[in-house]
Amino acid sequence: MNASTSLPLKGAAVKSSGLNYARLLRSALPGVSLAVLLITIFIMQPRAMSYMGMNLMLNLAVPIALATVAQMLIITVNDLDLSLGSFISFVACVAATLLDQHPVLGCLVLLGCIAVYALLGALIHIRNLPSIVVTLGMSFVWMGAAVLLLPAPGGSAPEWLQSLVRIKTPLLPFAIIVCVVLAIAVHVFLMRSTLGVVLRGAGGNPLAIAKAGWSLLRIKITMYALAGTFGVFAGLFLVGLTTSADASIALRYTLLSIAGVILGGGEFVGGRVSPTGAVLGALTLVLAGSLLSFMRISPDWQIGAQGAILIFVLALRMSVNRLEARPL
Amino acid sequence: MSDFQRALVTFQGVGKSFGAVRALSDVDLSVQAGECLGLIGHNGAGKSTLMQVLAGTLFADCGALLVGDQEVRSSYGVQMARQHGIRCVFQELSLCPNLSVAENTRLMSPAIRGWGWRRKAKALIEASLDQIFPGHDIRGDDIVAQLPIGKRQMVEIARAFVRVDERLDLVILDEPTSSLDSRVAEQLLQFVRRFVCTGGSIVLISHILGEMLDTCDRITVMRDGRVVEIRPAANFTHASLVECMGSAAKAACEQHVFVSRRAHGSPVVTQRPARQANAMTVNAHPGEIVGLTGLAGHGQSQLLIQILRQCIASGQGAALVAGDRQNDGVFAMWSIAENITISSLAHLKRGALIDPDAEHALAEEWQKRMGIRTPDMRNPILSLSGGNQQKALFARALASRSDLILMDDPMRGVDVGTKREVYSIIAQEAAKGRTFIWYTTELEELDYCDHIYVFRDGQAVLDLPRSQLSEEQILRCSFVEQTA
Repeated sequence: MNASTSLPLKGAAVKSSGLNYARLLRSALPGVSLAVLLITIFIMQPRAMSYMGMNLMLNLAVPIALATVAQMLIITVNDLDLSLGSFISFVACVAATLLDQHPVLGCLVLLGCIAVYALLGALIHIRNLPSIVVTLGMSFVWMGAAVLLLPAPGGSAPEWLQSLVRIKTPLLPFAIIVCVVLAIAVHVFLMRSTLGVVLRGAGGNPLAIAKAGWSLLRIKITMYALAGTFGVFAGLFLVGLTTSADASIALRYTLLSIAGVILGGGEFVGGRVSPTGAVLGALTLVLAGSLLSFMRISPDWQIGAQGAILIFVLALRMSVNRLEARPL
Repeated sequence: MSDFQRALVTFQGVGKSFGAVRALSDVDLSVQAGECLGLIGHNGAGKSTLMQVLAGTLFADCGALLVGDQEVRSSYGVQMARQHGIRCVFQELSLCPNLSVAENTRLMSPAIRGWGWRRKAKALIEASLDQIFPGHDIRGDDIVAQLPIGKRQMVEIARAFVRVDERLDLVILDEPTSSLDSRVAEQLLQFVRRFVCTGGSIVLISHILGEMLDTCDRITVMRDGRVVEIRPAANFTHASLVECMGSAAKAACEQHVFVSRRAHGSPVVTQRPARQANAMTVNAHPGEIVGLTGLAGHGQSQLLIQILRQCIASGQGAALVAGDRQNDGVFAMWSIAENITISSLAHLKRGALIDPDAEHALAEEWQKRMGIRTPDMRNPILSLSGGNQQKALFARALASRSDLILMDDPMRGVDVGTKREVYSIIAQEAAKGRTFIWYTTELEELDYCDHIYVFRDGQAVLDLPRSQLSEEQILRCSFVEQTA
């Protein structure tokens, strides 16, 4: 018996340390790519390495980070939200019109938005609909509602919102602090809390979660409502920065948020997501844009170049994944 | 075993149908406190369905379910089963692959909560693993997806025995040993006996007759959704069990005289395992059935994948029957027919398109040959029981025109009767010149192989022709260096 137990133990110790190495590399990748990007920017444009410079570069990153977190919550339960961009545009329009003129009504509408998201979650689960189709449809609904509310660009964000997003914090720019707090808060909730485990488990093996006696319906509703909440935050933050809104102000957020989640180490199915990675991924996307400006690449080429950066980072991740490939 | 013991759970006339298929009819059964009750029968005999009713994941249509003396059928569910101390280890693995072992433990035990719950969960599951599988080398923070299937099954079993201020009276083990190698399976069965001795109850479902006869106090035989026989295990023998199940299979195929095919001709496969230190290779000649054995997870599956990769790269083609059917086997969204014909599509074409009639005919033919139990091959594959899904995977490989068929412990969850049918089909196909490389965790299956390679630490350490096959030698080679 002695010989039989000691032998497998030895082999396994070697194997699992190799695995953990790959796991570490995988979770470090979003941070490393962001750091490389930042260092390149600082080398090309040393003046960016200041409070002012960082603030300018990262200001618009906060709404994108919030949107990415919203998208990540949906992806956690194996769904995809294609309406996020138009939803955030709609929220921005509400904030620039209703919230400014009739604060109470504005708040109610925003709460209603979250309720609609929760209902979508319920609908998708009960009718077993593909989330892509439902949210694609909803994207037109949100956009239409935004146009009805604000036919031409304009409106103005409430004073308090504008001053809130422009808080000058000592040492570190406000944007960085918000991103750090956001990453930590969502990480603690989703990765460390017992509720988070159930929510992620629903992405990994829904059947097992149901067999363990949890309600998948409630899990979906929770996730969608949370995603809606983060979407509302993203819209409010965005309109606070831009001070006025427009019905198509955040349309590109849909794809940016998906790219951010994937860049951050998340996967489309299986509940494998990383909140800190998602926030880092969003920052990477924003900074990739800045880098291209610093490189004086004409705006015509920027979107293509941004795509190239994305593909490069993803290719890097695939090779890390290969290291981590299932043993045995 | 006295009849005056307290009945923990009693089924009275329980029935359950899925549409037109009657999965259970009029089942009467009781589980006593402090006994191990065996449940045996064909694939699709209703064992898993009955246990799902007991675990609360399915509702019975009629009859009564008594827990203690309480009638609970109408309000029964997973939570209620847990409150009554009834837990189930399902046949289809029900761990979340994206979570760690400790997190998966938490899913089942809501009582683990508060500050430091991860540490608590980790300590609990590791203690449970230590207790059941000494020397398991699984850690609480391992991610489940990265564990091989045997270890996942160990986690799943250990998780069911984690107890935090809760009752734990009855654990249902649905084919717990199907992915475990014989040493670990033995550890589990010993633990089952210890658990029963301390007053707990176990319902054990298994297709391995020997372990049922050795471990269970009573054995219940099911057939076509009914209980047909309940007897103390001591009153059963191998033969009488098989007879009770009404197995259509004939007795084990008489041992052929062993004729080596290696005297002349060249091997179709010559593969050195990736971690092999010496020059030993695994060879397979045309028409041979080559067995791979040793402890689970010692490089047998990797060798199969290695061979598969090479065959595909060289354009030769090979078919693989996966053992881990959820991950590597079934297309969960497809029908049974589509799952079978996928590897033969090249031959089912009319012009550039797939010929639906030919596809249908092929599926029908293999339904007959394998005896896949379904009213319609167009039903989704997940409507089949586990064993029947596995038959479909066999059909997929055999229906293809590959001359080389690789089998990665393919008999998990397949009943004795079906196994024998499949064995004889394999023997027939081998006689026609097809080559089989077969990794198995069941020593009995090696009797069907012409050559057996024993694996240890990723290397082939012994090559035995069938004529020299002995269980003792295989076990000795699996564990220690012979030269030491």
